[in-house]
Amino acid sequence: MAVETPIATSGSPPGRPRRRGRPSRFGSETFAAWLFLTPSFVGFLIFTAGPVVAAGVISLLHWNLFSPPTFAGLSNYTRLGPDPTFWSALGNTAYFTLVSVPLTMVVSLALALLLNHGLRRMAIFRSLLLLPYATITVAVAFVWIWLYIPHDGLMNSVLGLVGIDGPAWLISDTWAMPSLILMSVWKSFGFGMVIFLAGLQAIPQQLYEAAKVDGTSAWGSFRNVTLPLLSPSMFFVIVTSVIGSFQVFDQALVMTNGGPGSSTTTLVMYIYQSGFQNYEQGYAAAQSLVLFAFIALITGIQFLFQRRLVHYDI
Amino acid sequence: MTSDAPPLVQPRRAAPAPRPVPTRQLVRRKLLVFACFLVTGITLLPIVMMVLVAFQSDAESMAAQPSFWPSTWHWENIGRTFDLVPLGRYLLNTVFFAGGTALLETVTAALAAYAFARLNFPGRNAIFGVYLATLMIPAQVTLIPQFIIVAKMHGVDTWPGMILPHAFTALGVFLLRQFFLGIPRDYEEAARLDGANRWQVFLRVIVPLAVPAIATLFVFKFISQWNNLLWPLVISNSDATRTASVGLQVFQDTNGTQWNLLLMAATLTTIPLIVLFFLTQRWFVRGITMSGLGGR
Repeated sequence: MAVETPIATSGSPPGRPRRRGRPSRFGSETFAAWLFLTPSFVGFLIFTAGPVVAAGVISLLHWNLFSPPTFAGLSNYTRLGPDPTFWSALGNTAYFTLVSVPLTMVVSLALALLLNHGLRRMAIFRSLLLLPYATITVAVAFVWIWLYIPHDGLMNSVLGLVGIDGPAWLISDTWAMPSLILMSVWKSFGFGMVIFLAGLQAIPQQLYEAAKVDGTSAWGSFRNVTLPLLSPSMFFVIVTSVIGSFQVFDQALVMTNGGPGSSTTTLVMYIYQSGFQNYEQGYAAAQSLVLFAFIALITGIQFLFQRRLVHYDI
Repeated sequence: MTSDAPPLVQPRRAAPAPRPVPTRQLVRRKLLVFACFLVTGITLLPIVMMVLVAFQSDAESMAAQPSFWPSTWHWENIGRTFDLVPLGRYLLNTVFFAGGTALLETVTAALAAYAFARLNFPGRNAIFGVYLATLMIPAQVTLIPQFIIVAKMHGVDTWPGMILPHAFTALGVFLLRQFFLGIPRDYEEAARLDGANRWQVFLRVIVPLAVPAIATLFVFKFISQWNNLLWPLVISNSDATRTASVGLQVFQDTNGTQWNLLLMAATLTTIPLIVLFFLTQRWFVRGITMSGLGGR
């Protein structure tokens, strides 16, 4: 196979060792680096960096995509204050995040601990438990609608067996959000579980043996060995799940479409509605930047806490 | 940047624990296995229900009292679903969309990651910093400008318009760079001594050693794009490019809730992903561990 070499290394033809592996001249290495970097960099500029800057500009415009934009100043931002839908969307997003993230953490950790006993065939359980994560959100959202059918749906039929009169789930103001959360935890715990398993398997067994010799109880070694040593994994899972849950969209769109009323309208749904149903691109861009500010703020706070609570050394 | 990437060669599996098995441990082990079965059963129930209802008759699937097991298996539901919506077309589109973005992302990310991990050039750290910063930006911030850029380039409802905006993310570059940093420089030096140029080093040394990481990135990306609803929903507006996730939406609108066929469509859309997942999940799990996401 003739490999065409785009990178000239100053007169050393392939096959003849002349340069003894020393770094090449400054110019040639820079040139080579850019040859490797350019495909990714150009795409990155056009489709990631550029759009971020553009979002800032668009947020200052009135624009419906069809007629020429007009300058709006900060009005897209000041409009957020008196907009009740925005505040309820923010509240709903916070509700979703505050309940679903801790719940996902607990479920992921519990299952990782259960699977970390070194039993044979654990790989099978691990694969099966990862299945919800590997299914299509939209597809399984439909199953959950079906499970949640009021009165005679499967969920309420099962609850009926133990004498509980189940709620109307997705069509109830109070229960729509918990229904969404339950489904989302089911859908996403697998990811955290794998991360925790990886983290648990990196904990040296000697530490547990040492704790045992010291007469530490099971709970004690969990508290003093497992939890601190798992804290980097936990940190990673918390940060990514908070970011993910701030962006919840698919299941909300399919299962409730934001309703009943606006009880499950999340920020991202409202951005989608503003931009692509009401055709107010400027307003949608302003909202998306506010969402970004929230995520950045919360991630920043998490990094501050990380200094105190996460232990990277053994 | 220090190279605190994980070691190149991972032990396949933790060394088997010595097994002197007292009875108490046996009982405990039995309980654990029972717990695993129980938890897995409950977890898989929605997926099992999806498949079971998909094979029920129309009347059975819409009866007030839902039944678990189909009284007769209606295999013709598969064909009926394909008749109602162009599901084959949608699935093919999804393969193009997910496969195209994953392939392009993997190739460009590997090239860029090599530059960031191994080559010196002015501004390297600054550019990498910008890449990293964009990891925190939610997709919704870039959604509207991306849509406008694609619309200006007349890319709405075209394959380039579907694929390109999602094929150059910082995440792929970041993951692969972490892994490349862990490959010993000696290998590269040796190849250079033998007269290989950088391109040959990349293609013959780095890439073969990084196959698990590259495959993981591909699968990661493929799954997330197969799942992607927002971008195809915004950018595709005909059956020529509509993906399965969006197609299921259309299905709901046009056919009400004919549960058996809807869930059959959902099942058929999910199966390819589950097959891919089972074929690659060893890589997937190892890749997560290796790329340093596991914490250390």
